Amino acid sequence: MYKEICSKYAPTKDNLIYILHEIQDAEPQHYISKEAVLAVSDYLKLPENHIYGVMTFYSMYSTTPRGKHIIRLCESPPCYIKGSENILRKLGIILGVEVGETTKDGMFTLELCACLGVCGNAPVMMINEDVYGDLSEEKVEEIIESIRGRQ
Amino acid sequence: MKYYRSHILIGINETSIAADVQGFILALRKELGKVGLSDEINLLETGPLGFFGKGICLTVYPENIHYENVKIEDVQELVEEHFLKGRPVPRLILEASSKFQPQFNYKKRIVLRNSGLIDPESIDAYLGTGGYEAWEKALLNMQPQQIVEEVKASGLRGRGGAGFPVGLKWSFTAPLEAKQKYVVVNADEGEPGTFKDRLIMEGDPHQLLEGTMICARAIGATKAYIYIRGEYKLCIMRLQKAIDQCRAYGIIGENIFDSGFDLDIEIKIGAGAYVCGEETALIESLEGNRGHPRWKPPFPGVKGLWQAPTVVNNVETLANVPYIIANGADEFKKHGTPECSGTKVYTILGDVAYPGLCEVDMGTPLRTIINDYAGGMKKGFKFKAALVGGAAGVILSDRLLDVNMDLVSLDEYSAVLGSGAILVMNEHQSIVDILWSILRFFRHESCGQCAPCKNGTQLLYRLINKIKKGEGTMDDVDMMITVAETMQYTSFCALGQSPIMAVRSAIENFRDEFIAITKE
Repeated sequence: MYKEICSKYAPTKDNLIYILHEIQDAEPQHYISKEAVLAVSDYLKLPENHIYGVMTFYSMYSTTPRGKHIIRLCESPPCYIKGSENILRKLGIILGVEVGETTKDGMFTLELCACLGVCGNAPVMMINEDVYGDLSEEKVEEIIESIRGRQ
Repeated sequence: MKYYRSHILIGINETSIAADVQGFILALRKELGKVGLSDEINLLETGPLGFFGKGICLTVYPENIHYENVKIEDVQELVEEHFLKGRPVPRLILEASSKFQPQFNYKKRIVLRNSGLIDPESIDAYLGTGGYEAWEKALLNMQPQQIVEEVKASGLRGRGGAGFPVGLKWSFTAPLEAKQKYVVVNADEGEPGTFKDRLIMEGDPHQLLEGTMICARAIGATKAYIYIRGEYKLCIMRLQKAIDQCRAYGIIGENIFDSGFDLDIEIKIGAGAYVCGEETALIESLEGNRGHPRWKPPFPGVKGLWQAPTVVNNVETLANVPYIIANGADEFKKHGTPECSGTKVYTILGDVAYPGLCEVDMGTPLRTIINDYAGGMKKGFKFKAALVGGAAGVILSDRLLDVNMDLVSLDEYSAVLGSGAILVMNEHQSIVDILWSILRFFRHESCGQCAPCKNGTQLLYRLINKIKKGEGTMDDVDMMITVAETMQYTSFCALGQSPIMAVRSAIENFRDEFIAITKE
């Protein structure tokens, strides 16, 4: 799989970020494995430590397996003053995890992130590609339930 | 052209997409068709409407009525009452708008002049507003040197935060002999509370492309990159569509309009790092590295992307350029102040009646922006402070409400215009809390390259944490200023040089609050 993804891009360093994005998206557990790093290193002729350096620098990449749905709650000032801490507490209770952890069933990973640029509807979170705004504790419960229900 | 008696503008954005706006539009079209109004009422999918309502929002012209949180279930009532009988549905009308009509002031707008009025996904709609005429003029009737001079004469300054004169920046790169030069559009908007660039790109992507093209022609670049953050899916989609349309129309590509000039524009997606808003860090990221800022000089204008001369400009900056070229520098200078010409796009958030975006002349006082464009404070709340310019901004108290908002006037108060985010706080909000949140942000976003910033942001966070818990002393408070000042003098890039602004303004403007929370 990794080779296939790599071969879509020219083997130049500036494509590293895109290759990593695509590998992570294709991986059911939304992370970049050691095998993937080796494959990319081989393809781009870059040392592994450069790839690890890049991966750990940008917040969108993970080196450890994550859940099917990644919850990214904004913790920047505009969301903070609209009560993002309460939302975080509520998410922690509903999911039974701390920030950075994945639920036992592998469904959700809870993360914090910086400003998502949707501050008009603060507090805001993203679950995978979808943005959820104007969050309240009740709304968060509904959103999580509806995602669980879809499975 | 068809004549419609009424136009319904529907804002397509992240929030409305989450509320199934596409399903809503289908239902609305069907209902309008059923009652035979399809030819009388125009349904236009557009960008930001100028206010932030919940869910799906509509603006209906010519009545100028704003609806918010409209659902599929409401379609029938809406069509029957409003569009058939001409009676707007009160329960769906945006709450604040009954008492307050926001001054959307389209006449005065430059950057947002089409936003919310045209279909951003149609190049024909943009051409219909005179779009790409400036590009044609720049390409066929002007020498690169003339373009640079015109932009210089306009007094346009960068809108990303630092406020560097744009024409001057271009004039460094334009005369250089190089095999390849680049234009890089900085669309990696990450300043907390700022999303003007997102709205500009969502509302009128072609205008940004046109500005980028003119810049490329002025400096002699044949390749342009738009570096945009990965979260802005809708922007990426719309920009890509706009680029494809331009290619199809021959507006970019090889030998454009038989001028002999080639240009290609490509989108590059970021991976989530605040520091990549710094131009050299952004270039590092484009090259596939960690986003560590570079030593300056050489400046990117001389040695930038792959060591080639590169001009990096913010989205809002470039979106101003077509207007300047089309109408001339003098017309542009009619907006704003003598030292700081043009307009500024703000996003106003927090405890105001009417959070939203507005574009006003440079130099408009904060009080006017809050009262005339955001409807004043939310009912029952009193103004306490405003965080202006995001995390790298300042916390202003009511004493500074009448300061003119432009780069020069704010500078007198050691304040900055920054990115154009205005976060208004009510009297119940704690300044210590907000400062804590800002410093937590910096601690997280420091890239770790230089020691003053890496250690300083940690130390500042530890101090504010102690103070927030009630365990700090006034010595700790003053220590924060010392630390932040040291960072200002010694940090490698603007990130480490920024916390001083929030720290000093919070402590100076609201010292009582710090005294109250600290121990003897």
